[in-house]
Amino acid sequence: MTYLSRSPWILHYDASSCNGCDIEVLACLSPLYDVERFGIINTGNPKHADVLVITGGINEQNREVVRNIYDQMPDPKVVVAVGICACTGGVFRECYNVVGGIDCVIPVDVYVPGCAARPESIIDGIVRALSVLEEKRAKGRDATATVARGGE
Amino acid sequence: MSRRIVVPFGPQHPVLPEPIHLDLVLKDEHVEEALPSIGYVHRGLETLVVKREYPEYVYIAERTCGICSFIHGMTYCQGVEQLVDCTVPERALFLRTIWSEYSRLHSHLLWLGLFADALGFENLFMASWRLRESVLDVLEETTGGRVIQGSCKVGGVRRDIPGETLDRMRSDLTAFERRARDLAEVFLHDESIASRTRGVGVLSREDAYELGAAGPTARGSGVGIDLRKTGYAAYGRLSFKPVVETAGDCHARCAVRVRELFTSIEIIREAIAKIPDGPIEEKPKKNPEGDYFSRAEQPRGELVHYVKGDGSRHLVRSRIRTPTLTNLPALVRMLKGCNLADVPVIVLSIDPCIGCAER
Repeated sequence: MTYLSRSPWILHYDASSCNGCDIEVLACLSPLYDVERFGIINTGNPKHADVLVITGGINEQNREVVRNIYDQMPDPKVVVAVGICACTGGVFRECYNVVGGIDCVIPVDVYVPGCAARPESIIDGIVRALSVLEEKRAKGRDATATVARGGE
Repeated sequence: MSRRIVVPFGPQHPVLPEPIHLDLVLKDEHVEEALPSIGYVHRGLETLVVKREYPEYVYIAERTCGICSFIHGMTYCQGVEQLVDCTVPERALFLRTIWSEYSRLHSHLLWLGLFADALGFENLFMASWRLRESVLDVLEETTGGRVIQGSCKVGGVRRDIPGETLDRMRSDLTAFERRARDLAEVFLHDESIASRTRGVGVLSREDAYELGAAGPTARGSGVGIDLRKTGYAAYGRLSFKPVVETAGDCHARCAVRVRELFTSIEIIREAIAKIPDGPIEEKPKKNPEGDYFSRAEQPRGELVHYVKGDGSRHLVRSRIRTPTLTNLPALVRMLKGCNLADVPVIVLSIDPCIGCAER
């Protein structure tokens, strides 16, 4: 886990979940799973967050909300779709108000399946997301260096 | 000089695990009016009933809400069982009761944790959620799922709990109860909790009744409605008293839930002692025909599942009424006249479950 050199902060948003995955995301913060030992903190402010954890699928009303939260987060950022609804729409896929998975509105980096996703798999998904975050950060550094050298 | 301003609260807000939006009309720090708007997690799952066969819809009904999933599944099954002429075996009724009460324990502990967090008492949040994990362990061991159990079916239950497991669950309750007593001591008697919650968000008995409040929100205001007293599942064969508090403030609603932990423990003990042997399911003899209102007590209050069949494998209508929606008018009343800083605590005090409310 060498890439955990910083403390990644997560922002959790419930798109149209049944709560099952939400309470499992929160359970990750409780003493049994305790992700705070990795420096992971659940923040409520998009401007503070590195990782966006979304549960549930996109529906007509929250489309803009999700887009808005994502746009407010500073780069580099990663998105983790937790639970089958966030991945594809899940059992609610055929509901009239459900548009589909999170990736029909914003780019998703890690998909965590399950109904409800277990805390172990959520933690696993977030750890994977952190390596994606590190890659994005390295790319960002390279790009800045190129600009500094006069855009070779 | 005081000014009127409107402060938007939510849908994404640090204190809310789920999205709900409130427009708070303020005069200085006082809330003059609160206008809720919902729809952020609406899926429209009731319409799926025409696309799924009736035994299959149990899975959808359970996913109305991940917190009280078992009770949703059970209430739907209770309704359909009336339409298919099916008598559920005694043992299945007792198992349903046991799982319902474990669901209530996990839901109440979850809420107590979130409530402590809203008060800024993070240590207590952690303590509540640690205790909750032991309830989830029982649910996982007996049903296979932590939050979505999938163990209820039309005509009975999907799994039995072996006798020795029941005995162990019963003896484990002693240690659980001791730990719950420690928590209860803090929630009921801690000075800082009392100072944040006493006299805050008061709902009078008359208002609670007139606005149709349900569950602990009603019982905290002295309205002793508890659907378990109607005797569905095996509740009719068990002795327990609904918990009622009279102060009507946030502290009373918290106290109702704390005391209900021990009611649930007693119900589980009694159910395990009285559970009969026998089959756990009966096959439905025909397709559902007619309509029925099925009611049950969810951790948040009265839950209603309306089901209507026309004799085919698909139901023609399902309608769900959840306690959070019926508690919203009461919430609006509580928020009127409070301080802006008390809004998070008052909103949480009705135990809002938006996933249920919007379906």
